[in-house]
Amino acid sequence: MTTFEAILFTIVAASTPLLIAAIGELVAERAGVLNLGVEGMMSMGAVCAFAAAFTFDSTLAGILLGMTAGGLMAALFALAVLGFAANQVGAGLALTIFGLGLSGLIGAPFVGQTRPRVEEWPIPILSEIPLVGHALFSQDPLVYVAFGLVAGVAFFLARTRTGLRLRSIGENHVSAHALGLPVLKMRVYAVIFGGLCAGLAGAYLSLVYTRFWSPNMTAGRGWIAVALVVFAAWRPMWALVGALVFGTATVLQLHAQAAQVPLPSQLLAAAPYIATILALVLLSIRRGRAVGAPGSLGTPFVPDR
Amino acid sequence: MRIELIPRPDPSPVARALAPLAALVVAFLVAGLVVALLGKSPVSAFEVYILQPLTDPWSLRAMLVKATPLILIAIGLSYCFRAGLWNIGAEGQFVMGGIAGSALALATHGSDPGPWLLPAMMLAGMLGGAAWGAIPAFLKVRFGVSEILTSLFLVYVAELFLDWLARGPWRDPAGFNFPQSVVFESAARLPEIPGLDRVHVGVVFAVIAVLVTAVVLGRTLFGYRLKLTGDAPRAARFAGFDAKRTTLIVFLISGGLAGLAGIAEVSGQIARVLPDISPGYGFTAITVAFLGRLNPWGILAAGLVLALTFIGGENAQILLRLPFDLTVAFQGLVLLCVLTADALVSYRPRLVTRAGARA
Repeated sequence: MTTFEAILFTIVAASTPLLIAAIGELVAERAGVLNLGVEGMMSMGAVCAFAAAFTFDSTLAGILLGMTAGGLMAALFALAVLGFAANQVGAGLALTIFGLGLSGLIGAPFVGQTRPRVEEWPIPILSEIPLVGHALFSQDPLVYVAFGLVAGVAFFLARTRTGLRLRSIGENHVSAHALGLPVLKMRVYAVIFGGLCAGLAGAYLSLVYTRFWSPNMTAGRGWIAVALVVFAAWRPMWALVGALVFGTATVLQLHAQAAQVPLPSQLLAAAPYIATILALVLLSIRRGRAVGAPGSLGTPFVPDR
Repeated sequence: MRIELIPRPDPSPVARALAPLAALVVAFLVAGLVVALLGKSPVSAFEVYILQPLTDPWSLRAMLVKATPLILIAIGLSYCFRAGLWNIGAEGQFVMGGIAGSALALATHGSDPGPWLLPAMMLAGMLGGAAWGAIPAFLKVRFGVSEILTSLFLVYVAELFLDWLARGPWRDPAGFNFPQSVVFESAARLPEIPGLDRVHVGVVFAVIAVLVTAVVLGRTLFGYRLKLTGDAPRAARFAGFDAKRTTLIVFLISGGLAGLAGIAEVSGQIARVLPDISPGYGFTAITVAFLGRLNPWGILAAGLVLALTFIGGENAQILLRLPFDLTVAFQGLVLLCVLTADALVSYRPRLVTRAGARA
């Protein structure tokens, strides 16, 4: 394995949590719900996954509980913004603050513990492809799940009747309601799907990526996932591209620090955030105003009777 | 089973005023449940969090000091939120204000600069915070980039910048390698209020901000314009109010007040530059703003309540070994409850079961 292949491998690993969380948020936003609680749901996913995996000594139990935690957080958000028509931006922020606090509380007894390495599952033949084979197909199973999610969600949104309905609800909930589509019900499912994905992304962080829990370990990844959805113009395939770009930025930043590049480590650590801001600006210039955003994104819907 | 929301024809003003209190009660009950689940007594937690600080003069003064940044930032945020703009990066504007003011304090260290130093530091803090707040506002009006994400990412950038300063160029060479600057000279430190031990005059800034905002919102055209821009953007456009100008102005006000809070905290409380100067005031202030219903007097009261949770949280860490994260979780919960309560003032919820829907 060459150094290049090794770096590519870590880039894919660093991109995976961003990708999983972004795909979940993308589905919620396509249904018209802006959930800024990704960071909080991800943090809860990470801590619950680690706690369960450590307690039951089972990675699978960890993954399932991490997803459950993310889903429950999303259900709480859905109750506030879909059940009671609370403001989405504010409630999302509240969910993030709440999730970061609660995860610290739950995780306190587990600080300092580590989990064993998760086995990689190399795929025969595919993993032998020169250059990219090792990075893409000698990974742990969750990476394949992430690829599957992208393909599945892309197919679901573009090619299925339910996907079309979901998009129409996000585009214009008044018309969709007039056509008899169950706006709120579909939004609840979309939001909970987003929560399950954020929980899974958190589980990936604490079980595969770092293999320990520490407070605030999500370190803004949930927010980057939200930015990725904008970056991807609400299209799953572009979320994959965006996640790889940000994964690359993260990994190169770490390599630059290790190589003792004569720049302050803080500047390198700030690079992904500055890059995200620049990317959002460049995309806005090229695309004009908010093209691609679902028409009803962020607006509460209260059906008249 | 689903929830049906029935619009209330004319929402009761009493309900509107009481909604934040109801939200607080619900948040307290849920937090009590969490404490019980952690195996501690909710009653003694309530005592340590709320009753002890309220009956101890030292804690009451500490509460005033903690409430100062919360109120200053939240007052600034109320301008943004009233105009329908989501500045969620006040934490970064707070940090940049602290940095800008400290730059003056450190540059004049050991040179006896005279009485102009403190006012100049406060002004520099405001300018620093306003400049940092101007970035998302400019990107929004010029390029149409959502202010939500840009203002938040700038928090990380500001925090890392402060971290670099405190560990690098600003580190005290005689400080045994601790990541901190020299202690500010007394000329660079906000004085205490006479008669109030350990309470710096930043408290007065907060009170002034409340009073000025009450006048601006209630009695000026600008205040009316803000309200209209937030409540009815189309009507505001037809009335000839320039949304772009409003965006820039409210972000400058909000960033400036957060920056003032930052330098007041550094100069009045910490007295040196550390890698981390805020336990999350900028985020807690969002809760303060909404708990205060974006009203200056409400924010004054809400700031004191949330300051109490900071003091109580510190007490609980020592006395009950409850992590400070409980306070953070509680603050998030309060925000969620307040927003929900706000919505419920306008809508009456009704639980519809499947059987009921058929009937």
